[in-house]
Parts: sequence; structure tokens; C-alpha cells
Amino acid sequence: MVSPLDRKLLRDLWRMKTQALAISLVVAVGVMLLVMMSGLVNSLDETRRAYYERYRLADVFAPVVRAPDRVLASLAGIEGVSAAEGRITGSALIDMPGSDLPVQARAVSLPDFGQPRLNAVYLSAGRWIDRRRSHEILLLKSFADAHGLEAGDTLSATMHGARRSFEIVGIAQSPEFLYTTAPGELVPDDSRFGVIWMSRTAMEAAYDLDGAFNEALMDIGREEDLPSVLAAADRILDAYGAVGAYGLEDQFSNRFVAEEIAGLRASSAGVPPIFLAVAAFLLNIVISRLLQAERQQIGLIKAFGYTNAEVTAHYFKLILTIAAGGAVLGCLLGLAAGAVLIGVYVQYYKFPFLVFEIDPASFIIAVSASVAAAAFGGLFALRRIFALTPAVAMRPPTPPDYSGTGRFGGLLKRVLDQPTRMVLRRFVRHPGRSLGAIAGVSAGMALSAGMMTVLAGFDEAVETTFSVIDRSDMSVSFIEPLPDRTLHALAQLDGVIEVEASRTLPVILRNGVHSYRGGVSGITSGARLQRAVDANGQALTLRGDGIILTPALADILQLQTGDRLRVDIRQGRRPQLDLVVTGIAESLLGAPSYMELPALNRALGEPNRVSGAYLRIDPLRRDAIYAALDAMPVVAGISVKQDAREAFQRMMDNGAGAMRFVMAAVAALITFGIVYNTARIAYAESAHDLASLRVIGFSKGEAAFVLLGELGLIVLLALPAGALLGYGLSHAIAAGFSTDLYQVPAIFSPDSLGVAGLAVLAAAIFSGWMVKRESDRADLVSALKSRE
Amino acid sequence: MTQNAFTTKNLTKVYGEGETAVHALRGVDLDIPAGEFVVLLGPSGSGKSTLLNIIGGLDRATGGQAWFLDRELTAMSDRQLTRYRRDHVGFVFQFYNLMPSLTALENVELVTEVAEDPMTAEAALAMVGLSNRADHFPSELSGGEQQRVAIARAIAKNPTVLFCDEPTGALDSETGRTVLTALRDVNERLGATVLIVTHAAATANMADRVIHFADGGIRDVLLNSTKLSPDEIEW
Repeated sequence: MVSPLDRKLLRDLWRMKTQALAISLVVAVGVMLLVMMSGLVNSLDETRRAYYERYRLADVFAPVVRAPDRVLASLAGIEGVSAAEGRITGSALIDMPGSDLPVQARAVSLPDFGQPRLNAVYLSAGRWIDRRRSHEILLLKSFADAHGLEAGDTLSATMHGARRSFEIVGIAQSPEFLYTTAPGELVPDDSRFGVIWMSRTAMEAAYDLDGAFNEALMDIGREEDLPSVLAAADRILDAYGAVGAYGLEDQFSNRFVAEEIAGLRASSAGVPPIFLAVAAFLLNIVISRLLQAERQQIGLIKAFGYTNAEVTAHYFKLILTIAAGGAVLGCLLGLAAGAVLIGVYVQYYKFPFLVFEIDPASFIIAVSASVAAAAFGGLFALRRIFALTPAVAMRPPTPPDYSGTGRFGGLLKRVLDQPTRMVLRRFVRHPGRSLGAIAGVSAGMALSAGMMTVLAGFDEAVETTFSVIDRSDMSVSFIEPLPDRTLHALAQLDGVIEVEASRTLPVILRNGVHSYRGGVSGITSGARLQRAVDANGQALTLRGDGIILTPALADILQLQTGDRLRVDIRQGRRPQLDLVVTGIAESLLGAPSYMELPALNRALGEPNRVSGAYLRIDPLRRDAIYAALDAMPVVAGISVKQDAREAFQRMMDNGAGAMRFVMAAVAALITFGIVYNTARIAYAESAHDLASLRVIGFSKGEAAFVLLGELGLIVLLALPAGALLGYGLSHAIAAGFSTDLYQVPAIFSPDSLGVAGLAVLAAAIFSGWMVKRESDRADLVSALKSRE
Repeated sequence: MTQNAFTTKNLTKVYGEGETAVHALRGVDLDIPAGEFVVLLGPSGSGKSTLLNIIGGLDRATGGQAWFLDRELTAMSDRQLTRYRRDHVGFVFQFYNLMPSLTALENVELVTEVAEDPMTAEAALAMVGLSNRADHFPSELSGGEQQRVAIARAIAKNPTVLFCDEPTGALDSETGRTVLTALRDVNERLGATVLIVTHAAATANMADRVIHFADGGIRDVLLNSTKLSPDEIEW
């Protein structure tokens, strides 16, 4: 037997179905984002872990110049090492037909028989190489896809100075090369760097490493052993020209993927709660107004003898049905949207399979947050309603008291017509309600404005990186450090306008327990093409005994300007320097550090050396310059800034950054939901007055003015508040999107606020139109017969 | 001969359809001469309010025709009905339907601002004896005062007809008399046709014409030769 109150509950829900649905949907969208993001991050993380495990990605990488195979036994004997393997890797240049620029590539050896014990590869097409045929290779899938190459195609490449022709017999994927980038370039680009796998025999011949390896891979049992294993490996390999062993954490591809997933995790931890909070806040406001409108009925129910507890339970069921319904819907939507997104990301990260992992905690958090917000809003409203005596419902309806809102005299009396006065008095009479509505709409606008600002921040990051910091057109890297007179040869090329020296070295930066493995850029003081600039775009001065860090680095190392740090240079005679941080340079991409080039060379004992150059060129002479550079044997690679910029843009649009578009859409949805709910509630509250106006002869438009005037006033006041709030919110959202790979600045952007404002206005106009349509259709007679 | 304010021919109104259909009006033929004080009596659901709503331009008939003077109401568009209400009709309801956010005077001005040929809002309030309460909000007025403001609002446009649905339904007898007096004054001084729907049979004693409704049709029409004043009515 369903109790009468429960039947009332069901009918009430049906009666207010549009309103209930609108509220539920706002909650659902907030919940959806949370569930979707955490499911996505968990699945990606789990898939990555499984991929690494199945293909036995090494924990330690130790490059050397040349070490005999017997050294492997010593490496395997290091305490904590469970497996050790040697392999040969080497740089290669692939000639792409139809392109002036040769593409840099890395050749990697595979055992003559079967898969390697560490760093296995996944053959996605074609067949395995035959060790007896030295011209057979496997090609990295992403590179093959980028160039339309397939198994069976041929390819010519220069290795160790010799140009050879190869047959692609298989297309392969490897957890080691999810991301690839040419040396000296910051941004991964599938098409600009290739990986070739060849048989060990063929590699030994090509790189003249018979019976030797130049990279050791090791697996360790426990993560805690890593520092001691690295140190032991360095000791053993020192005699063989070791550059320094490093862990998986510092492996290039893994660092990128880990950072990207960390970025997604940060945005999923930072951004959806903001959205959910806004949705919860709105729910709170809406529920409280909804219950206010029920006060007559509550009085009536109490008059029948129901207790406060029973009335509370009744209305709580109503609230919880709406909130929990929205939350559950959000969970389902989140799962569905997450599944779609995960598919997209799995492709983007080039995982060959997917491990789907949902996050039960996100369901619990999302559902309980929504329900708690609704319950809180309900309690707040019910508390006031309990003060009512049942008699309130038994008397003829008392008009709401407007005596405190002021009589309009003088000028106002002449200027304001009656409908305008109604709008103003309604607004002033319920300051809490009006402020709540303004707060709700401005929170919605802030969400959109914050997201729009962050979208602009991404563009700003690209602009700053490629127009302010880097003003060159291209950069050239040499096969080895060369005397700086090489630069004169570059400057002599027809069409080269400006040449600037650079030297990039692998370093480990240390400050106590904090350390970072990366590169340091040696640049000349007064550099014009590649600069260290402050937040205002002004070049920072370099000092001989100093180093300039970027904010991300300073943060990792816990350093500020004036602090000292140790810099281990991992090349040449491997000096260890004690330097002072002379400045923090703006950097929105990567975590570079800068030193004065002559000081760097002095430390290495290699005066006047450069490892590359930045060039500014005449665009009309570009092709000729490419050809000339290609013909120079010392040139290892050429990086065109425009290509890098496009690759960076692609990375931000397809990777973790792509989530910004999803979130912008969700923000827009929530904003619309808030405005629409505000309009609906305003209509519900004034439907009776509107009907009266229509009866005494007001046209539909004139009557609607009273309704829409209030909505308009709320929106107008919410716009500036939303803009301010949005600017504040954008800092939180931008921080959520920033990773070690790129930092998203929260910049003041009038355009973004304008767009968000227009979105709110559009939502208001649409919502206004929706409720006006309903008001136009309202049955005048029944509206007037009802008391409230 | 006096012109008819309203004429209806075979007017029907059906709510819903099929088995659940409710026939609120079953073919009503009626003439109401202009300037009369008319009371419509009958039990709940007999169709009197439905008739009032249709000839008041608030609702549409299902069949038949209705005229206001020589204009066919049943053929009017929404916009024309709005125009008709605005220029000719005053309404008074059981629940006064004042705008709570406007003072008494402002509630009346709501109408005088849009009407074609209104009296001043002050004059309308004076007619119902509320000049001294002009600046009060509805929440500061008693039930009878609120109803008189509603009447002032209805008469301020100098309406051709005044429709009242249970105008004294929510009032005690003393207050009810004051309201009825105000309505009679409007009828006599402005010459407006007044139609009152009521359960209070005693009100019939002050009418020119009493129309009894039953089962969606007119049972009989009585003409009063001797009208009582509101003060003489027994409640």
C-alpha cells in the first residue's frame, strides 16, 4: 500500500517534471565529468602499466660508447638486477622521397633469435625479420602511418655514413617509443622521427660493434633499488664511455606519457570538482526555492496532523529522488562518455590494447556530493518553513509582504511604470533569493569564462613559446660539438639572415634530495633568436657563474632566484658545477634551463664549441637552404620552427589538452542549465501574477516583461560578477591543466569573458523564450482559481 | 429597445474527450441587455463560471456562438480577445489576484496605464472608499479592502462590462456588503453591465436579472421588479 504522501510525491515529481529534469541534468553533467575523467585516467594508467609489463620494458637504460658483451654478466650480478641485456642502437637519416629534409631515425637491434628479453616489440603487421637478410627491417608503426609506408615497401637510410636500401618486412609498436622526438627538439612528432629495428648481426655490421653493445637494459626487482643499481651500473660501465644510466622515469617516451597521464589526472582531480561544486551550489539554490513555493502545502499537510519529521521525510524523498536520479544518470553518462574517450586516447597514445578500469570511488564521491548538496539546500529551506503554523494554510492566502521595498516617489514615480516596479520590488523583496540567483548564474558564467580563459591560455602558450622565446625560423643540430667557426659557414649560405650559436647538454640538476634529469641550453649573452625571457617578455641577463631556470624546474627543485644548485653535466669530462640561480625565465613548454655558452664551454674544457645553431632565414630561399644544409656532413638534423609549432599544437589538441574542449562544452551545458533553472523557477513563482496581468488585458508580451525583466536583471548583474569569478577560477583550472611538459597560463582575456558573457546571454534569451512560450500557453482560468 | 450586451447561440463547452469528457455547457441561448445587474446562480459545476469565462474572453467555447454587442467573441483571435479584455472588461475574482509587489494605487494604475479611456486611479479608489489606503501594499490590507482594490482595478478602465466570480466568497457578511455596494455603484453610476457568479442566493435580491444554471444549461431566468439594496440583504 503506497501511502498518500508517497503518491503525492510521485504526482509532484510528475507535475514538476521539466523543472526536476533540468535540475537533474545539471547534476548529471557535473557527475558525468568526474566519472568520465577518473575512469579515463585510471584506464590509461592501467593500460600503460599492462603494456609495459607485457612487453617487458626495462627499468634501467645505460648508454655507453662500446662495451664488450661479457660486461653484461657483471651488470646482471648487481644486487637488485633481475635481468640485463645489451643491444645496439644508432642514429640514422632516412631519405623521404619528395622531401628535401632527411628525417632523423634511430636504429635498434633485435636478437637474432626471437624477442628480446627486455623491450620487446609488438608486431602489428607483416612478419619478423630474418637474421640472414641484413636488409630486412621492422619500422615503427606511428612513423610508417605518418608517411603511408607499409610492410613490403622499401626505404633508404644513411647509417654510420653509409647509405643503404632496406625492405620493410614488418610494422612494429613498442612501449619504448610511444612518443618519439628528434634530438634537440622538444615536441614529439610522429612524422619527424623514425625507429628501425634490425637484426643484431646487421646492426653489428652497420655500426662496427662486433661482439659489443652500446646500450645496456636492466630490469630491477624493487623500485627502491634504483639509485644503487644506477650507481653500480655507472661504476661498471664508466670504462666503456658511459653517459650515465637512468631509470624508466627519465626515459623520454615514458616521461611524456607519464606527464600526459599525470596532466589528465591533475585536470581530473582539479577541474571536475569545481564543476561539481558549481552544480551542487545550484542544486542547493534551486531546492531551497522549490521548497519555498511549497510552503502552503506544507502548512496544509501539517494541519492534517503530520509531524515535522514526516513532512521532512516527504520532501527529502523528493529532493533525493531529483539529486540521486541526476547523479545516477551522470554516472551512466560518465561511463559511456569515458568509454568513447578512452578509445580515442588509446589510439592517441598508441597502446595496442586497452585495459578498461573504472573507478568506484568516483561514483561514491559524485553521488554523495550531489545528494549532500541537495540535502543541505533542502534542510536550509525546510528549517524556515517549519516555523510556519498550520494556520497559514487555512487562512485565505496572505499576499507576500512588500511594504519594506519602498514607495517610489518623485522622479522614479514618473519614470517607472507598474510592471517595472513589480520587477524591482520582487527583486528587492527577496534579497537572498535574488542574490542566490545572481550567484548561481555568475557561477555558471564563471565556469564558462574560466574555461574560455584557459582555452586562450593554451593559445598564449603556443604564441609565447614560438614567437617571443624562440624567434628563429629553424634550428640545426650537428652530429658532434664543432668549433664555432662552423657558424660562419652557415652564415655564408644564401638567404641566411642571422645565425646564433647553441649548445645543448644532458645534465642532472640537484638540490639536496630534489633532482631533475634534462638538458641545459648554452646560449650567448645578448641572444636574439632563442632567449630566456621574463614574464613580461624582456630578455634576462646571463651570468658566467649562474643558471636560469624555468618555473616548472624551480618548482621541482624547490629553488628560487639567489639559491645555489649542483649541475652534473653528463658529457665530455662530466664536470660538476656549483651555480647560482640568477633568474626564472618564462617557459610554457618543457622545463629548459639556460647557461652562458662560454661558461659552459669553459666548464667542459672545450672552448668555442657549439652543438647547433638557430637560424633566421629568407623564406623565399628556404628550399635552397634545406638542400645546402642536407649536403653538409656535419648536420645531424634540421628542425623547422613552423613544423614544431604545428606539432605542439597537435599535441595540445589531441592529448591531455584536448580535454579542455570537452570541459568547455560541459561548462557551457552547466551554464545553460543554471540560467534555464533560474528562469523556470522565476516563472513558477510568478505564474499567478502573470495570469492576473493577462486577465486584466495585458498582452502576452507585456505580461512576459514582468517575468523576463527579473531574469534580465539577474543576468545583467551576474555578468560582471561572473567575469570576476571566472578570472579567479581560470587560475585554478589552468593549474589543473598544466604539466611538466607545458604550462598553461591564466591570462586576462577580455575576449574570453566576452564569449562567456554572450553564452550566458544566449542561454538567458533561449530560457526566456522557453518560459515565455509556456506562459503564453498557460490556462488563465485555472491559474486564477488556484490560490497560489 | 435596449441593446444586448451579450448574446449566445447554442454555446457549448466540453472539457476532455471520449468517456472522460465533461460537458460544462450544453447549448446555452442567452440575451443579457446592456446596463443590467445580472446574478448567475447554480450549484458547482452547473456551468455558470464557464459561461462567464467564455464571454469574458478568458476561455474558448467548443461550439456555438457568443457576441459582445455586435462583435462575435467566438470568432476572435487571441490578440483580439486580449484587446477586448483590455478595453471593455473588468474582472473581480474570489481571490483578489492583486499584485503583491504593487501598492493599492499602483495596482489600479496597472490598468489605467494601458486602458483606452480610464478614470484616474485615485478616482477609482475613491469609488470603493479606499482613498486613504492608496499607498498600502496588499499585505497591509484586510480581505475586504483587497477585494475593493480589485474592484477599483476592474472599474478604473470604465469597463463596458464587469465580471465577478464569487466576489464575496472569501469575505464575512459585513465586508461582503461593502463590496456588493461598490459593485452596485459601478452599475448605477458608470452604466456598466455587471455579471456576478455566486453561491450566495441572497445576492439575487439586488439583481435586475437572475439566471439559474443547472447541468450545463439555463434552468430559468427571473426578472426582479423590486431590487433590494445591499444593506437590506439577509445573509
